[in-house]
Amino acid sequence: MFVQIIFLIFATLLVASALGLIIARNPVYSALFLVLCFCNSAVIWMLTEAEFLAIVLVLVYVGAVMVLFLFVVMMLDINLAELRQGFTRFAWLGWLTALAVIAEIVGVVWSHGLTGLDVGGSPVPEPQNYSNTLALGQIIYTRYAYPFELAAMLLLVAIVAAIALTMRHRQGLKVQDISRQVSVRAADRIRIVKVEAEKRT
Amino acid sequence: MIPHAITLAELLTLSGVLFALAVAGIFLNRKNVILLLMCVELLLLAANFNFIAFSRVMGDINGQVFVFFVLTVAAAESAIGLAILVVLFRERRSINVEDLNTLRG
Amino acid sequence: MNPHVLLAIPLLPLVAAVIAGLGGRVIGRAGAHTVTILGVAISCALSIYVLKQLYAAGVPTFNGPVYTWALTDGVHIDVGFLIDRLTALMMAVVTFVSLCVHVYTIGYMSDDPGYTRFFSYISLFTFSMLMLVMANNFMQLFFGWEAVGTVSYLLIGFWYTRPSAVFANLKAFIVNRVGDFGFVIGIAAVFSYTGSLSYDAAFAAAPHLTHALIPITAASSVNGLTLICICLFIGAMGKSAQVPLHVWLPDSMEGPTPISALIHAATMVTAGIFMVARMSPLFEYSDTALSFVLVIGATTAFFMGLLGVVNNDIKRVIAYSTLSQLGYMTAALGVSAYSAAIFHLMTHAFFKALLFLAAGSVIIGMHHEQDMRKMGGLGKYMPITAVTCWIGGLALVATPFFSGYYSKDAIIEAVGASHRWGATYAYWCVLLGAYVTSLYTFRLLFMTFHGEERFRHPEAAAHDQQGSQTVGHEEGEEQPAAGGHGTEHGHHGAEHGHHGAEPHESPWVVTLPLIALAIPSLLIGIFTVGPVLYGSYFGRSIFVLPANDIIGDMAREFHGAGPLGLRGFLGAPFWLMVAGFVTAWVCFLRRPALADQAAKTFGWLRTLLVQKYYFDWFNENVIAPLARGIGFGLWKAGDQGVIDGALVNGSASTVGWFGGVLRRVQNGYLYSYAFWIVIGLAALLGWFLVRVR
Repeated sequence: MFVQIIFLIFATLLVASALGLIIARNPVYSALFLVLCFCNSAVIWMLTEAEFLAIVLVLVYVGAVMVLFLFVVMMLDINLAELRQGFTRFAWLGWLTALAVIAEIVGVVWSHGLTGLDVGGSPVPEPQNYSNTLALGQIIYTRYAYPFELAAMLLLVAIVAAIALTMRHRQGLKVQDISRQVSVRAADRIRIVKVEAEKRT
Repeated sequence: MIPHAITLAELLTLSGVLFALAVAGIFLNRKNVILLLMCVELLLLAANFNFIAFSRVMGDINGQVFVFFVLTVAAAESAIGLAILVVLFRERRSINVEDLNTLRG
Repeated sequence: MNPHVLLAIPLLPLVAAVIAGLGGRVIGRAGAHTVTILGVAISCALSIYVLKQLYAAGVPTFNGPVYTWALTDGVHIDVGFLIDRLTALMMAVVTFVSLCVHVYTIGYMSDDPGYTRFFSYISLFTFSMLMLVMANNFMQLFFGWEAVGTVSYLLIGFWYTRPSAVFANLKAFIVNRVGDFGFVIGIAAVFSYTGSLSYDAAFAAAPHLTHALIPITAASSVNGLTLICICLFIGAMGKSAQVPLHVWLPDSMEGPTPISALIHAATMVTAGIFMVARMSPLFEYSDTALSFVLVIGATTAFFMGLLGVVNNDIKRVIAYSTLSQLGYMTAALGVSAYSAAIFHLMTHAFFKALLFLAAGSVIIGMHHEQDMRKMGGLGKYMPITAVTCWIGGLALVATPFFSGYYSKDAIIEAVGASHRWGATYAYWCVLLGAYVTSLYTFRLLFMTFHGEERFRHPEAAAHDQQGSQTVGHEEGEEQPAAGGHGTEHGHHGAEHGHHGAEPHESPWVVTLPLIALAIPSLLIGIFTVGPVLYGSYFGRSIFVLPANDIIGDMAREFHGAGPLGLRGFLGAPFWLMVAGFVTAWVCFLRRPALADQAAKTFGWLRTLLVQKYYFDWFNENVIAPLARGIGFGLWKAGDQGVIDGALVNGSASTVGWFGGVLRRVQNGYLYSYAFWIVIGLAALLGWFLVRVR
């Protein structure tokens, strides 16, 4: 009972902050709403006893990604006046479609006979000394070791890509271009000049 | 042990609502590319909800491993997305989505 | 028989034609005429040799393929020969007349720039005609048929810079095409019933085909064999110039006289007659088709002869005579007297070619004047020509003992003895035709060779003739023709130009063929009537059902050429011929005033005849505009409107329009793409939900 109430509160907050995210005019507000979304999701995940991931969500997502977002939002010189202009013409169609999708998903999920899935099931409660971290660690470093390494590589690539995309060279610097140096030919550097021998005077 | 625990249906409904809201955010937004990226994050969050829900209800830990990797990839993707956004802003001096129509047929 | 000999007969003229045609500039005039005459002469000798082998030495007929051209779906399309007595006779006639014409051409076309081309063409024609008569299957027959038509087109329009010649050769080709349309349908029908193109298959199937019915509409159907025979005969109508497809033959006189002799008298126009005789196993089983043939033939015989009486161009008169005689041959075919038709074909080939060549001789002697009103009294200037022409003329009117008598009288008698539907009408046509034939023939002879020498006073002659013998529009109608033909070599002002010069006899290259042809015109009847007509010459090459065997009945009364000739003096045709002679003598020699009196009295008849029964008017003012209109309509509506507009351009522009509509979906905005994805997702989900529930 208690769990349900908590869940209900935080679920409501989650949906509300998602709504706020998409309605807000100011992008900073949107970013902050997204942070709120993540925090609420973390709580709900903890309710379902996936606490490691909840903490990771807060640490990584909120702590790193959302900070990055806020950083970029505040760095860009955005014309707020233009942003405050009205909604688009077909906004109603967008809302209608969203409602339709929600209705369909609800319809699929709640109709028992559709998928044969027992949607009445609840998360199985874990024993007292259950450690979500331990369980995850046990499986990530053994069965999923390779994908783990790949994920690390992926992050490396992301770093390099981000730097490569945004790096600006300063003009006028004298920098060594190794490939040009190596591909030099003798003819580019030396010119043999035939000089007439001078007569003895 | 906990009576009236959260049911799978409720979790799935919640994730569906998040997903729908995120998609609505993508196409209702005409002004702000950053909002676009944030809605993508919300989409990923909704998918993660699904994974967690099924993983806990079915007792299979693999779902949570997947969430782990989704988080990783989402972080990488948001980093690169923002880098692109920065470069775009440098070129166009605007983050208006309606200006990005050079792929027009 | 040696197949190589047989193959050499058509191929030698072909090779000669190719050499003369392509290498004419290299080998020169003498080379061209030598090589072609050599080719045709050897061909002629070989043909006579084959004839002798078949008839005298009793060698069996040769029927077999020489070269398989195509083998498709089990159907053999070969080059094959069927050499029986009918073929051998035709081969001999064709090559002999061709040889005479070749020699004659040396003199006639001596100052024409297209000399070598002409020899090449007439040699090519010989090849085509030989392929036609030697064929043993419908495909080769059709090849020969079309080839002679094509060479005829080339030769009629030999002087292609003259618009009248171009008009004439197009007319000939197009009218022939109409006939060929029927011919092809006939061949296709034969093929569809027998599955083979060879004669043997068709002849074997004929008795069974008499019961085949071809449905025309839902209610009515027609006998298959009758339809086949009538379609084949339509081809013959085009080629042999029967009414109403006769209109091209008088115009074909635009070509040089040697080809009028060769093609339009002796050989090509007889291809239709030959074809019907060759198809006698088919025609015999269809009385309807034979009645059709009979009526058409008899109509042509009489009515075309009448047109020869009012014409003033010497070649045109002989052309109408040819039409009339072809009608006689066709009528003979119609009463199942095939041997009489072929016999008349043979004798006619000789004397008609002779008449044409003699007319040509007169034309060159008169410095290319063709209007008979400007001739007269030429007998003493061109004796050889006059004598040979008289021999030809007497043969034509069926004077007893001349060759024409035996053949023509046999036809008249056969038609009289027949009980086929239409035979009575046909008998009166051919009988009265004898009077008409004699009238125009003697008119021609008297106007040309006897009487006053009108060429000395061209203006007076023209005015005399204008007042006396012609009515206004005939003058207007004939003058362009005479003016055109009188200028055979581009000399204009024929009316007042060269008539002061004396006419003279033609050189020996011209008169020798005349003599060569006069001899058979005189004598061949006497010697061949027995075996060919009443005897067993044709044997199995012509098939006649016993019930229709008129010639067989007549043969019982045949006791020899002599008695038959004497009997001729008693028959009605002879006295009609004499009446015609008298009429011509009086009207055109003694008192021409009577002629113009008759012309004025029967003005309406004269107009009808002068307008050639309005056939040409009909063709030019009704049929031709109709065809052109249909073509124009189909072009505008069908080709431009439907095919170009709707199908080609329409489909392209539809695709373009559709593309224009679709490209608006790709507006470059990611959010709209995402929107469409979600809409699609929603739709799919909805469909899934609805369907499963």
